[in-house]
Amino acid sequence: MTQDGDLTRTRLPLAALAVVAGSLALGGCELAPKVSQQNGYRGTGMDQIYVADSEIREEVPGPPYELPPPGGQTAGEFYENVQVLSNVSVDEFNYLMAALTEWVSPEQGCNYCHNPANMASDEIYTKSVARSMIQMTQAANTNWSDHVGTTGVTCWTCHRGNNIPEAVWTLPGEPQRGIVGNRNGQNEPVSNTAYSSLPQYSVARYLLGEVEPEDIRVVSKTMHPTEANTLSTMETEQSYALMMHMSDSLGVNCTYCHNTQSFADWNISTPPRATAWHGIRMVRNLNGGYITPLQPIFPDNRVGPMGDPYKVNCTTCHQGQNLPLGGVAMVADYPALQRAPQSGWLPSQAAMDMVMGTGADEPEDGVASTE
Amino acid sequence: MALLSFERKYRVRGGTLLGGDLFDFWVGPFYVGFFGVVTAIFASLGTALILYAASQGPTWNPWLISIAPPDLSYGLGFAPLSEGGFWQVITVCAIISFTAWALREVEICRKLGMGYHVPVAFGVAIFAYVSLVVIRPVLLGGWHFGFPYGIFSHLDWVSNTGYQYLHFHYNPAHMLAVSFFFTTALALALHGALVLSAVNPAPGEDVKSPEYEDTFFRDLIGYSIGTLGIHRLGLLLALNAGFWSAVCIIISGPLWTKGWPEWWTWWLNLPIWS
Repeated sequence: MTQDGDLTRTRLPLAALAVVAGSLALGGCELAPKVSQQNGYRGTGMDQIYVADSEIREEVPGPPYELPPPGGQTAGEFYENVQVLSNVSVDEFNYLMAALTEWVSPEQGCNYCHNPANMASDEIYTKSVARSMIQMTQAANTNWSDHVGTTGVTCWTCHRGNNIPEAVWTLPGEPQRGIVGNRNGQNEPVSNTAYSSLPQYSVARYLLGEVEPEDIRVVSKTMHPTEANTLSTMETEQSYALMMHMSDSLGVNCTYCHNTQSFADWNISTPPRATAWHGIRMVRNLNGGYITPLQPIFPDNRVGPMGDPYKVNCTTCHQGQNLPLGGVAMVADYPALQRAPQSGWLPSQAAMDMVMGTGADEPEDGVASTE
Repeated sequence: MALLSFERKYRVRGGTLLGGDLFDFWVGPFYVGFFGVVTAIFASLGTALILYAASQGPTWNPWLISIAPPDLSYGLGFAPLSEGGFWQVITVCAIISFTAWALREVEICRKLGMGYHVPVAFGVAIFAYVSLVVIRPVLLGGWHFGFPYGIFSHLDWVSNTGYQYLHFHYNPAHMLAVSFFFTTALALALHGALVLSAVNPAPGEDVKSPEYEDTFFRDLIGYSIGTLGIHRLGLLLALNAGFWSAVCIIISGPLWTKGWPEWWTWWLNLPIWS
């Protein structure tokens, strides 16, 4: 039997190992000061703890110059071929164009969308995209105030000075065949699933928009499976993956919206759950109504493996903040973006025109520009 | 309870930490001591306060009674009794009575000239409790972060607190704690089964000696940890289970606020392959 005396000598290297392992583990810690919030009755654990400087009001570009007073000729009267901002005054139209250039194509400038020899020409596809995006922004601000509140969105909310917003998604490619090295669309630590093993493409399942969305709610209402509810655990993973995406996008956790005593019950959920509910529907509308219809006009370097354009999810705007841009209400300086989208221009029609030439028949299932 | 004939030999004077001879006596089978008195007082007071606080609550359903910690707004200060003050006083009573119980174990060890393994082991359990209701709340700046005293309510608290880190199973210390808990159960099951198998031989045969037990495991897995070793292993496993449980909740919040799955990105980002 080993004596205690023999053991003590071997303990030093063990202690050293523990110190090394301990410091390695601490290296993965957040040592910054934390702030906390109580979101429910005491003792329920409905709390948020976050690093103190994680919610910041971001530096946003100011208006290009002072907002011109309303009135005067409209852009539609003054310029040729103004489609989605024809009711806006010429001065405000130019003001918005200047801002928009800084938000989306600060390097390429006006020529990113316009032919400098003929500004009215629709020959560059990005101009049609921009029209649809302006309508999309207007729709988000006017039809989806249940989600965007009075803070609203501008092009900057997503683009942040990039031609393509940093956080976008496309449909996954053809599923891999065989079993060798086939992860079956999961077990990849990506931010979309908050680095968990959950399925990666749940946003495609729930946020695509133009197809009937699958029911996100997977909690059974009965003890045993019924004819009405045949959902399996596999399917609940998709729902959880979407929730992970939402948490990761907003920099919040499950209890920001849900009381985990019962995720499905609205009467014990927190108010932000309602905001998120509208947000899910908003994203579907933006993708289905304003982005996917443009599919035919995007060049090959602007589509995913399945040929679909880059679409939005929660991260596109939120980018890790519970309130995008830390809650800065940029849109207040741009009244044109707070108007309801003008009728008379449809992204699907514009796409058809570009592909088939103007005068092609209106598509039968054209997506309305307003709700 | 009758005193067994050999027990008198072990009922020796002295070894007390506090109180000298004053409480150095037995009541029935129980050693009293100063710390026995302290335990009795604070355990009774705490229990009475739980009952009184429950009487001020909405239910007598034993599953639903809950005595909750204060609101976050009270920070690390005192709260009125009905708004978390009961929880605070009950917590103090619990910590005092648990600690006194451990010190009573120390006194008994001293009387018997034994090592302090039992009070140390119990100390790890106390540490796990104190982690939840003192260490983590102090690190987060509010008694609010303690768990409520109620059967269902403390489970709800565990659920919500776990989901604050999206997926608690990715918490590295939780992984260790769970592994140690399972291994503790496995080791106890193997040990218990082995002892029972040795002392329950076929009818008419003698009870088997430890050499048989050792041989069984050498035949099975090539190694036997031995009769003393299994108890060292058991203590090591069980203490680690409690210790890492305490660590896994202390680091959740004070040292990590995001989802636990994301914590592992340090591994993915190691310069070796990233």
